This record gives sequence, C-alpha cells and structure tokens, in this order.
Amino acid sequence: MPVRIDRGRPRADADSQRAVRARGLVQRFGDRTVLDGLDLDIAPGEFVALLGRSGSGKTTLLRALARLDRISEGELTAPAAVATVFQEARLLPWKRAWQNIALGLRIADARRHALAALDEVGLGDRADAWPSTLSGGQAQRVSLARALVRDPKLLLLDEPFGALDALTRMSMHRLVQRLWRTHRPAVLLVTHDVDEAALLADRVLVLSQGRIEHEERIELPSPRSVEQPEFRALRRRLLTSLGVDEAGEAVAAPASRVQAALR
Amino acid sequence: MSTRLLSPLAVLLLWELGSRVGLIPAHIMPAPSALATTLSDLLVSGRLYEHLGVSLRRAALGLAIGVSLGTALALVAGLSRRGELAADPLMQILRALPFLGVIPLFILWFGIGEVTKVALIALATKTPIYLTLYGGIRGVDAKLVEAADTLGLNRLELIRHVILPGALPSFFVGLRYALGISLLALVAVEQINANSGIGYLINEARDFMKTDVIMVCLLIYSVLGLLTDAFVRMLERHALAWRPLMPSLRAA
Repeated sequence: MPVRIDRGRPRADADSQRAVRARGLVQRFGDRTVLDGLDLDIAPGEFVALLGRSGSGKTTLLRALARLDRISEGELTAPAAVATVFQEARLLPWKRAWQNIALGLRIADARRHALAALDEVGLGDRADAWPSTLSGGQAQRVSLARALVRDPKLLLLDEPFGALDALTRMSMHRLVQRLWRTHRPAVLLVTHDVDEAALLADRVLVLSQGRIEHEERIELPSPRSVEQPEFRALRRRLLTSLGVDEAGEAVAAPASRVQAALR
Repeated sequence: MSTRLLSPLAVLLLWELGSRVGLIPAHIMPAPSALATTLSDLLVSGRLYEHLGVSLRRAALGLAIGVSLGTALALVAGLSRRGELAADPLMQILRALPFLGVIPLFILWFGIGEVTKVALIALATKTPIYLTLYGGIRGVDAKLVEAADTLGLNRLELIRHVILPGALPSFFVGLRYALGISLLALVAVEQINANSGIGYLINEARDFMKTDVIMVCLLIYSVLGLLTDAFVRMLERHALAWRPLMPSLRAA
C-alpha cells in the first residue's frame, strides 16, 4: 500500500495508480535548497532513470523516497515496501552472504528465501561466503538479492554500477533487466551514465536546479543497443539537456538559459 | 619463528658462560641453570601453584569486574546521546587519574586485604575497555547503519546485528590492553602487605636476598602476559573470522 511521506512521517494513501507521487517537493539542508518544488510520478512497474549532474539532487530525491531523510516541504507518497541498493554494496562484513540477505526479513524460513534470492542473482554457490571474499560485482549482486527478497513495490538504485568495471557493469545491466521483468517493481535508477539510463529505462528524467527539467519516454524495442541510430539521437538529446554536447564539452543548460531570460 | 629465538638463546648462553667463569656474581644475577633449578624446586614443593593460583584469582576477579564495568559504561555512552552526556565526562576524568595513585585511598577505604587488590585491578582495567569499546561503537560505519535501517531493523536488532559486531574488533584491542594492565596492577597491589601471591613470594625472597626466586617470579609474570595475550588473540581469530587477512590488498 502506498504510504504518504509527510515531513518524514509516512501516512497511508489510497492511491494505487501510482507507485510514487511527488508534488511541490522541497528539500533544504540549512540554507541550501536541493530540491525545489519537484513533481514526479512513477507508475507501478515502471522503470525510470534519473539523470543529473553531480550536486543536482538525484541522491537527495532517492534518500527522501527511501525515507532516509525527512522532507522539508511538499507531498510525497511512496509504497511501504521500498528497497534500496547503494553505490557500495554496504553488506555487513560480519554476516555471511545469505545472512546479509535474510537480515530483517520477518517471514518464516528466511534462510530459504535468502538462498533462493542468491540463486536468482547467480550466486547460489557463495551463500556462506564472507563479503570480504566477494568481488565488487558479486557484492553488488548480493546487495540486489537483499533488496529483491523483500519483494519491494519500489526499488531504488543509487548509482549501483558506478564503482564496477565496464564488463561487470554490462552483465549487471542484463541482470537488473531480467530481475525487473520477473518481479516488476517500480524502479528509480539514479545514474550519471546517459547510456545506462537510455539502455534500461522506460523513461528518463533529467534533474536540474532541484526540479525535473527534461523527460524522455523511450519506446525503443528491447534489447537496445548503443549502435542504433534512434539510440544515438536519444543520447544526444539527453546530453544536451544535461548541458553537455557530444564531445563532452559543457554548454549552457537550456533550463538555466530560460531562467536567466526570465529574470 | 625459529630464527626469532636465536638472539634470546645467544643471550642465555652468554649469561650462563658469564656466570660459570665468575664474571656475573650469583647474588646479582644467578645463572640460567640455577634459575631452572629454583623453578623446579618451587614447582615440586607446590609453593608456586599455590601463590600463582592466588595471583590469578585476583587478576581474574578484578579483570572480570573491570571488563564488565567498562563494557556496561561504553554501551551506555556509545548507544545514546544522554548516556554519553552522563557517562563520558566522568570516565574521562577517571581516566586521567593514574590508577596507582589511588592505592593509599583504597587502603583507607577498603583496608589492606583482598578488596583493595581486586578493586584496583578492576579500576585499572575498566578504562581501556571503556575507551576502545566506546570508540568502536561510535566508529561503526554510518553507511552500514543506514543500509540496515532501510532493511527495517528495529533499534535492538540494529544494536545486535550491526553496532555490536562492528565494535567487536575494538573491544578485543581493549581486552588485550586490559589484560596487560591487569598484570601491571597485580604487581602493584601484591606489594601491599600481601601474604600470598607471586608478589608475596617476591617480597619474601627480597627479605632473604634470594635473587633467584625474584627472577623466577618475574619470569612467571611475563609468561602470564604472553599466555593471556595469545589466549585473546585466539578468541579474536575465532570471533572475527569474517575479517579479510589482508584488507589493503582487496579491491574496493
């Protein structure tokens, strides 16, 4: 059941048409306003990627949805069943892989569920491994299993592949896609990687100045490839909206140009 | 390991030689072979067991009280702000107090019997436990706490599964310090009018100018230190099996 997050205090909400609904969301830290009247809807089962330059408030939005920070103003509803995967796997080093997954599970036979989740991410044979013996990619897969075993209605991914090498990242992309198709949670993927966002998501949002400044619905067939011409056009549009041309050079972001004109 | 024994063995050999040719007077420093005889005499007569037992009981009792006290206070101060405000300033003041300095006060309060001895060992050992465990609790990776929070752990589960295991390595460091300090405190308290214990053996030997007994007793103290340290390291290996052997070599 979706739960309203009102200044950090979750409240029940009857709206089942949306997994996430944000209206006029404001998040301030001291006198710094990071989210400034943000509106956002995510449908149940929708895969949304959130792009933005560093400091644009991507992680701030994710943390509000994960109920890690109380919001300053506005309305925010999110499902009660939210699971988060962080950039670092954040596994407890003193718990074996399966124990990390079973931690906090309030169901009978948590161990069996944990083992099944490990199987699903292809690590069934590492159930008893200490996290320190896992590779970065393996640890992140355990972290994914830990999130999915909770059967979340909303899965928050905070740059979960940022610290992985390119090959591992590609296999993680396939894994996430497969898991998403099986479990169908709504997904919010925070990333700074335009290709990653365009490869995985139904919809890509660009966050700038504390608001969603750009939105692209992606209707490309799956599996997508960075070689497709449509993909390259999409990529170019996203980069421009991020204020970067394809050579990687910064140009004035359209949003800030509009705002400058209005002043 | 065997090569590490070379230099101590060489010193023993030179010492024995020096004693045999008369360079080292026996009343200053008896030969190693003489010390071995003294040790075996003390063992055979059963005096060593008796006094060692008394000393160990004192150390163990004081240590048990000190470790419990230090642990309890560290939990109070580490797990809550109010607890920190209540306990930490007092502990910092107590910590600044050299524990050997309170011996006269303890004698006035508790007399010259066992209570003073055990109390002093307890006072001395609670400090390292408190400091390391408190620091360990506060040093637990906030990111892990946050991740555990998103898993829906309640406060008790968080303490049990995240904070205490995270602080355990620090606790073991404190325990090793505490064991060392307990022996130091033991030596100090056994100088006070003891009529049993290793310290008593030493005092008695001094009165009879028996250098060999004094040296054998000092040897016992240092063997005790080595054994207890090895014991804690064994516990540590078992309890902290999850720690990587060479953390710095693992890619992040």
